[in-house]
Amino acid sequence: MSDSQWIWQCDQVIPSRPEASREVQEAILAELERLKWPEHDVFGVRLALEEALINAIKHGNHYDPAKHVQIRCGICKDLVRVEIEDQGKGFDPASVPDPTDPENLESPCGRGIMLMRSFMSRVEFNETGNRVILEKTMTPPEQASE
Amino acid sequence: MSAYRRLDVTEVGDVTVVNFRDQKIIEDLRIQELGQELFQLVEGEKRKKLVLNFATVDFLSSAALGKLITLDKKVKANNGVLKLCNIRPEIYEVFAITKLNRLFDIRRDEGDALAAF
Repeated sequence: MSDSQWIWQCDQVIPSRPEASREVQEAILAELERLKWPEHDVFGVRLALEEALINAIKHGNHYDPAKHVQIRCGICKDLVRVEIEDQGKGFDPASVPDPTDPENLESPCGRGIMLMRSFMSRVEFNETGNRVILEKTMTPPEQASE
Repeated sequence: MSAYRRLDVTEVGDVTVVNFRDQKIIEDLRIQELGQELFQLVEGEKRKKLVLNFATVDFLSSAALGKLITLDKKVKANNGVLKLCNIRPEIYEVFAITKLNRLFDIRRDEGDALAAF
């Protein structure tokens, strides 16, 4: 990321515990609310962050206290970009079954990536699968009020 | 003192109405507790008619959806009926995206849900 484009940034390392991600999530969302982002966009970013961080902590690092998760975030007026990297072996996102397939509909898990892709403008994994970039472009006010 | 930490449980006739104490249903531990309490209603207390009222919930993660799916299976295995109600639009969107609006019987409000039994 180019530092000069961001109004707000953070770069944090957290342990592999879900509660440890709460503070940085709330800081990111608070900044979006301060910039008067539409409620629906903030909801979507909250959901994508929650899903991506839980994936990193639970599926990436397996809650290993010896492993951490790095979160880098940049926010400007109409764009938020978050990079989340775990220290796990990685995975192939293409191998995750379609949770809307009738045979998977009643599976209790496997919806996180689909929800991330639905609410964010861009979701990109690195080749290993242990780093994800989430980007959301703010919905223009005239569309947000529809 | 309530037996439940995450739920407010009341009865309307023979229907059990459940409200959630958490505004945001996130965090592994809370979701685990929530799941256990919901399952206790069905498997432990053998309640057959359940309405989950989401009026107080403004956010939930996919892990919470997983618990609801498991609950639905347990209710059906017990020959019971489960209905959801008062789901705010953004959360309903999550159900629709994941096509879980086809799995669950979702009603507009508690009155509608109770009338549907």
